[in-house]
Amino acid sequence: MKFAVLVFPGSNCDIDCYKAVEAIGEQVDYVWHTATDLSGYDAILVPGGFSYGDYLRCGAIAQFANVMNEVKKAADEGKYILGICNGFQILTEANLLPGALIRNTGLKFRCHGTPLEVVNSNTAFTNQYSQGEIIDIPIAHGEGNYFCDEETLAELKANNQIVFRYAGETNPNGSVDNIAGISNKAGNVVGMMPHPERAVSQILGSEDGLRMFTSILNAWREQHGAAINS
Amino acid sequence: MKATVYVTIKENVLDPQGTAVQGALHSMGFAEVGKVRIGKYLEVELDTNDRAEAEARLKVMCEKLLANTVVEDYRFELEG
Repeated sequence: MKFAVLVFPGSNCDIDCYKAVEAIGEQVDYVWHTATDLSGYDAILVPGGFSYGDYLRCGAIAQFANVMNEVKKAADEGKYILGICNGFQILTEANLLPGALIRNTGLKFRCHGTPLEVVNSNTAFTNQYSQGEIIDIPIAHGEGNYFCDEETLAELKANNQIVFRYAGETNPNGSVDNIAGISNKAGNVVGMMPHPERAVSQILGSEDGLRMFTSILNAWREQHGAAINS
Repeated sequence: MKATVYVTIKENVLDPQGTAVQGALHSMGFAEVGKVRIGKYLEVELDTNDRAEAEARLKVMCEKLLANTVVEDYRFELEG
Protein backbone atom coordinates (compact mmCIF):
# COMPACT_ATOMS: atom_id res chain seq x y z
CA MET A 1 0.00 0.00 0.00
CA LYS A 2 1.28 3.45 -0.87
CA PHE A 3 0.69 6.60 1.18
CA ALA A 4 1.18 10.23 0.14
CA VAL A 5 1.97 12.90 2.73
CA LEU A 6 1.08 16.31 1.29
CA VAL A 7 3.48 19.16 2.00
CA PHE A 8 2.34 22.79 1.87
CA PRO A 9 4.52 25.80 2.67
CA GLY A 10 4.15 25.86 6.47
CA SER A 11 3.28 22.19 7.03
CA ASN A 12 5.17 20.98 10.10
CA CYS A 13 3.80 17.52 10.91
CA ASP A 14 4.67 16.02 7.54
CA ILE A 15 7.74 14.23 8.88
CA ASP A 16 5.75 12.76 11.78
CA CYS A 17 3.15 11.42 9.33
CA TYR A 18 5.87 9.97 7.12
CA LYS A 19 7.50 8.24 10.12
CA ALA A 20 4.13 6.87 11.27
CA VAL A 21 3.65 5.16 7.90
CA GLU A 22 7.21 3.85 8.03
CA ALA A 23 6.41 2.44 11.47
CA ILE A 24 3.72 0.20 9.93
CA GLY A 25 6.14 -0.85 7.18
CA GLU A 26 4.32 0.65 4.19
CA GLN A 27 5.53 2.83 1.33
CA VAL A 28 5.25 6.58 1.67
CA ASP A 29 6.24 9.70 -0.31
CA TYR A 30 6.19 13.39 0.42
CA VAL A 31 4.07 15.13 -2.24
CA TRP A 32 4.52 18.87 -2.77
CA HIS A 33 1.44 21.12 -3.00
CA THR A 34 2.10 21.81 -6.69
CA ALA A 35 1.66 18.13 -7.67
CA THR A 36 -0.94 17.39 -10.32
CA ASP A 37 -1.15 13.61 -10.07
CA LEU A 38 -1.97 11.45 -7.05
CA SER A 39 -3.08 8.42 -9.05
CA GLY A 40 -0.20 6.30 -7.71
CA TYR A 41 -1.35 6.55 -4.09
CA ASP A 42 -3.90 4.56 -2.10
CA ALA A 43 -4.14 6.93 0.86
CA ILE A 44 -3.45 10.63 1.28
CA LEU A 45 -2.41 12.22 4.57
CA VAL A 46 -2.97 15.97 4.92
CA PRO A 47 -0.65 16.89 7.79
CA GLY A 48 -0.79 19.50 10.51
CA GLY A 49 1.06 22.78 10.65
CA PHE A 50 0.39 26.31 9.52
CA SER A 51 -0.05 26.11 5.76
CA TYR A 52 0.46 29.54 4.16
CA GLY A 53 1.01 30.96 7.65
CA ASP A 54 -2.70 30.50 8.50
CA TYR A 55 -3.20 33.77 6.59
CA LEU A 56 -6.84 34.88 6.22
CA ARG A 57 -8.13 31.67 7.90
CA CYS A 58 -6.52 28.32 8.72
CA GLY A 59 -6.58 26.25 5.53
CA ALA A 60 -8.23 28.99 3.45
CA ILE A 61 -5.40 29.43 0.98
CA ALA A 62 -4.22 25.80 0.94
CA GLN A 63 -7.63 24.70 -0.39
CA PHE A 64 -6.69 26.25 -3.76
CA ALA A 65 -3.28 24.59 -4.08
CA ASN A 66 -2.95 22.48 -7.28
CA VAL A 67 -2.77 19.24 -5.35
CA MET A 68 -6.20 19.83 -3.81
CA ASN A 69 -7.91 19.18 -7.17
CA GLU A 70 -6.27 15.77 -7.08
CA VAL A 71 -7.32 15.24 -3.46
CA LYS A 72 -10.93 15.91 -4.51
CA LYS A 73 -10.61 13.41 -7.36
CA ALA A 74 -9.12 10.84 -4.98
CA ALA A 75 -11.98 11.44 -2.53
CA ASP A 76 -14.52 10.84 -5.32
CA GLU A 77 -12.71 7.62 -6.22
CA GLY A 78 -13.10 6.40 -2.64
CA LYS A 79 -9.43 6.57 -1.69
CA TYR A 80 -8.61 7.06 1.99
CA ILE A 81 -7.93 10.65 2.99
CA LEU A 82 -6.96 11.66 6.51
CA GLY A 83 -6.61 15.33 7.49
CA ILE A 84 -4.95 15.97 10.83
CA CYS A 85 -5.16 19.34 12.62
CA ASN A 86 -4.36 21.90 9.88
CA GLY A 87 -5.19 19.07 7.46
CA PHE A 88 -8.69 18.88 8.99
CA GLN A 89 -9.03 22.66 8.59
CA ILE A 90 -7.97 22.38 4.94
CA LEU A 91 -10.51 19.59 4.25
CA THR A 92 -13.37 21.64 5.73
CA GLU A 93 -12.31 24.74 3.77
CA ALA A 94 -12.22 22.58 0.62
CA ASN A 95 -15.76 21.33 1.39
CA LEU A 96 -14.60 17.73 1.58
CA LEU A 97 -15.91 17.71 5.15
CA PRO A 98 -18.81 19.73 6.64
CA GLY A 99 -18.48 22.48 9.26
CA ALA A 100 -15.58 24.75 10.18
CA LEU A 101 -12.83 25.05 12.80
CA ILE A 102 -12.84 28.33 14.69
CA ARG A 103 -10.84 29.88 17.54
CA ASN A 104 -10.73 27.87 20.77
CA THR A 105 -13.26 29.32 23.23
CA GLY A 106 -10.48 29.77 25.83
CA LEU A 107 -8.38 31.64 23.19
CA LYS A 108 -5.35 29.57 24.21
CA PHE A 109 -3.22 27.36 22.00
CA ARG A 110 -3.81 23.97 23.67
CA CYS A 111 -0.94 21.50 23.45
CA HIS A 112 -1.26 18.35 25.58
CA GLY A 113 -2.48 14.77 25.61
CA THR A 114 -6.22 14.30 25.58
CA PRO A 115 -8.50 11.29 26.06
CA LEU A 116 -10.57 10.57 22.96
CA GLU A 117 -13.61 8.35 22.71
CA VAL A 118 -13.76 6.20 19.58
CA VAL A 119 -17.37 6.96 18.65
CA ASN A 120 -17.35 4.96 15.43
CA SER A 121 -14.96 2.01 15.16
CA ASN A 122 -16.62 0.88 11.96
CA THR A 123 -14.54 3.07 9.63
CA ALA A 124 -11.48 2.49 7.47
CA PHE A 125 -9.56 4.66 9.95
CA THR A 126 -10.66 3.13 13.26
CA ASN A 127 -11.29 -0.59 12.66
CA GLN A 128 -8.42 -1.56 15.00
CA TYR A 129 -10.09 0.15 17.97
CA SER A 130 -13.09 -1.09 19.87
CA GLN A 131 -16.30 0.90 19.91
CA GLY A 132 -16.30 3.37 22.81
CA GLU A 133 -12.61 2.77 23.59
CA ILE A 134 -10.84 5.71 25.23
CA ILE A 135 -7.46 6.44 23.63
CA ASP A 136 -4.72 8.92 24.51
CA ILE A 137 -3.81 11.24 21.62
CA PRO A 138 -2.21 14.70 21.86
CA ILE A 139 -3.73 17.91 20.56
CA ALA A 140 -1.86 21.07 19.50
CA HIS A 141 -4.06 23.83 18.14
CA GLY A 142 -5.44 27.32 18.63
CA GLU A 143 -8.29 26.96 16.14
CA GLY A 144 -9.77 23.54 16.80
CA ASN A 145 -13.23 24.53 17.92
CA TYR A 146 -15.46 22.50 15.59
CA PHE A 147 -18.58 24.36 14.55
CA CYS A 148 -21.53 23.29 12.44
CA ASP A 149 -25.20 24.27 12.43
CA GLU A 150 -27.82 22.09 14.13
CA GLU A 151 -29.02 20.61 10.87
CA THR A 152 -25.49 19.48 9.96
CA LEU A 153 -24.95 18.08 13.46
CA ALA A 154 -28.16 16.04 13.17
CA GLU A 155 -26.92 14.71 9.82
CA LEU A 156 -23.50 13.83 11.26
CA LYS A 157 -25.20 11.85 14.02
CA ALA A 158 -27.73 10.17 11.72
CA ASN A 159 -24.98 8.99 9.34
CA ASN A 160 -22.52 7.95 12.08
CA GLN A 161 -20.05 10.56 10.84
CA ILE A 162 -18.76 11.49 14.29
CA VAL A 163 -15.58 9.40 14.59
CA PHE A 164 -13.99 10.82 17.77
CA ARG A 165 -15.21 12.88 20.71
CA TYR A 166 -13.21 14.45 23.54
CA ALA A 167 -14.01 12.02 26.36
CA GLY A 168 -15.84 12.99 29.53
CA GLU A 169 -15.51 16.63 30.52
CA THR A 170 -12.27 17.23 28.62
CA ASN A 171 -13.48 19.34 25.67
CA PRO A 172 -10.40 21.58 25.24
CA ASN A 173 -11.70 24.06 22.69
CA GLY A 174 -15.48 24.45 22.80
CA SER A 175 -16.24 22.09 19.92
CA VAL A 176 -19.93 21.40 19.24
CA ASP A 177 -21.00 18.10 20.83
CA ASN A 178 -17.38 17.49 21.98
CA ILE A 179 -16.47 16.59 18.38
CA ALA A 180 -12.77 15.84 17.79
CA GLY A 181 -13.02 14.08 14.41
CA ILE A 182 -15.58 13.42 11.69
CA SER A 183 -15.90 11.59 8.41
CA ASN A 184 -17.65 12.43 5.17
CA LYS A 185 -20.86 10.58 4.32
CA ALA A 186 -19.06 7.92 2.28
CA GLY A 187 -16.64 7.33 5.15
CA ASN A 188 -13.42 7.56 3.11
CA VAL A 189 -12.47 11.08 4.22
CA VAL A 190 -11.73 11.76 7.89
CA GLY A 191 -10.60 14.95 9.61
CA MET A 192 -9.50 15.24 13.22
CA MET A 193 -7.81 17.87 15.38
CA PRO A 194 -5.78 15.45 17.60
CA HIS A 195 -2.50 14.08 16.24
CA PRO A 196 -2.38 10.26 15.99
CA GLU A 197 0.99 10.52 14.20
CA ARG A 198 2.45 11.97 17.41
CA ALA A 199 1.33 8.92 19.38
CA VAL A 200 2.95 5.98 17.62
CA SER A 201 5.47 4.88 20.27
CA GLN A 202 5.67 4.67 24.04
CA ILE A 203 8.70 6.93 23.98
CA LEU A 204 6.35 9.64 22.67
CA GLY A 205 4.02 9.06 25.63
CA SER A 206 1.41 6.97 23.82
CA GLU A 207 1.18 4.49 20.99
CA ASP A 208 -2.60 4.68 20.68
CA GLY A 209 -2.35 6.57 17.39
CA LEU A 210 -0.55 3.77 15.57
CA ARG A 211 -3.76 1.79 15.17
CA MET A 212 -5.23 4.52 12.96
CA PHE A 213 -2.53 3.76 10.42
CA THR A 214 -2.91 -0.02 10.76
CA SER A 215 -6.68 0.47 10.41
CA ILE A 216 -6.20 2.17 7.04
CA LEU A 217 -3.85 -0.61 5.96
CA ASN A 218 -6.31 -3.31 7.01
CA ALA A 219 -9.20 -1.56 5.26
CA TRP A 220 -7.11 -1.33 2.09
CA ARG A 221 -6.09 -4.99 2.29
CA GLU A 222 -9.68 -6.10 2.80
CA GLN A 223 -10.73 -4.00 -0.17
CA HIS A 224 -8.00 -5.52 -2.33
CA GLY A 225 -8.23 -9.11 -1.11
CA ALA A 226 -4.67 -9.05 0.23
CA ALA A 227 -3.49 -10.85 3.36
CA ILE A 228 -4.89 -9.26 6.48
CA ASN A 229 -2.79 -8.58 9.54
CA SER A 230 -4.27 -10.24 12.56
CA MET B 1 -11.84 50.87 -8.56
CA LYS B 2 -11.39 50.04 -4.89
CA ALA B 3 -13.44 47.65 -2.81
CA THR B 4 -13.63 47.49 0.95
CA VAL B 5 -14.73 44.09 2.19
CA TYR B 6 -16.02 43.43 5.71
CA VAL B 7 -16.02 39.87 7.00
CA THR B 8 -17.87 39.30 10.28
CA ILE B 9 -18.60 36.26 12.40
CA LYS B 10 -22.21 35.08 12.05
CA GLU B 11 -24.53 36.05 14.88
CA ASN B 12 -25.12 32.42 15.90
CA VAL B 13 -21.39 31.67 16.13
CA LEU B 14 -19.44 32.37 19.30
CA ASP B 15 -16.68 35.01 18.99
CA PRO B 16 -14.22 34.22 21.81
CA GLN B 17 -11.94 37.15 20.86
CA GLY B 18 -14.85 39.61 20.98
CA THR B 19 -15.89 38.23 24.38
CA ALA B 20 -12.32 38.68 25.71
CA VAL B 21 -12.16 42.27 24.44
CA GLN B 22 -15.57 42.99 25.97
CA GLY B 23 -14.25 41.72 29.33
CA ALA B 24 -11.12 43.88 29.03
CA LEU B 25 -13.18 47.00 28.27
CA HIS B 26 -15.41 46.28 31.27
CA SER B 27 -12.41 45.85 33.55
CA MET B 28 -11.06 49.20 32.26
CA GLY B 29 -14.22 50.87 33.46
CA PHE B 30 -16.14 51.12 30.18
CA ALA B 31 -19.27 49.76 31.77
CA GLU B 32 -21.45 50.95 28.86
CA VAL B 33 -19.91 48.35 26.53
CA GLY B 34 -22.31 45.64 25.38
CA LYS B 35 -21.41 42.86 23.00
CA VAL B 36 -18.12 43.17 21.04
CA ARG B 37 -17.61 41.31 17.77
CA ILE B 38 -14.32 41.15 15.91
CA GLY B 39 -14.21 40.86 12.14
CA LYS B 40 -11.89 41.50 9.22
CA TYR B 41 -11.50 44.52 6.97
CA LEU B 42 -9.94 44.10 3.53
CA GLU B 43 -9.02 46.69 0.91
CA VAL B 44 -9.02 45.23 -2.59
CA GLU B 45 -7.89 47.20 -5.63
CA LEU B 46 -9.64 46.18 -8.83
CA ASP B 47 -8.44 46.83 -12.33
CA THR B 48 -11.85 47.55 -13.83
CA ASN B 49 -14.30 50.42 -14.27
CA ASP B 50 -17.31 48.18 -14.73
CA ARG B 51 -19.23 48.38 -11.47
CA ALA B 52 -21.62 45.52 -12.20
CA GLU B 53 -18.79 43.23 -13.20
CA ALA B 54 -16.77 44.24 -10.13
CA GLU B 55 -19.72 43.43 -7.86
CA ALA B 56 -20.33 40.07 -9.47
CA ARG B 57 -16.67 39.07 -9.26
CA LEU B 58 -16.26 40.35 -5.69
CA LYS B 59 -19.20 38.20 -4.65
CA VAL B 60 -17.40 35.14 -6.04
CA MET B 61 -14.15 36.16 -4.30
CA CYS B 62 -16.00 36.47 -0.99
CA GLU B 63 -17.88 33.18 -1.36
CA LYS B 64 -14.84 31.21 -2.47
CA LEU B 65 -12.02 32.67 -0.40
CA LEU B 66 -12.44 35.88 1.58
CA ALA B 67 -15.19 34.55 3.86
CA ASN B 68 -16.01 31.06 5.10
CA THR B 69 -19.78 31.25 4.82
CA VAL B 70 -20.22 28.39 7.30
CA VAL B 71 -19.23 30.77 10.09
CA GLU B 72 -18.86 34.22 8.52
CA ASP B 73 -20.96 36.88 6.77
CA TYR B 74 -19.54 39.43 4.35
CA ARG B 75 -20.44 42.72 2.73
CA PHE B 76 -18.51 45.12 0.52
CA GLU B 77 -18.48 48.68 -0.72
CA LEU B 78 -17.13 49.89 -4.07
CA GLU B 79 -15.68 53.32 -4.75
CA GLY B 80 -14.04 54.96 -7.73
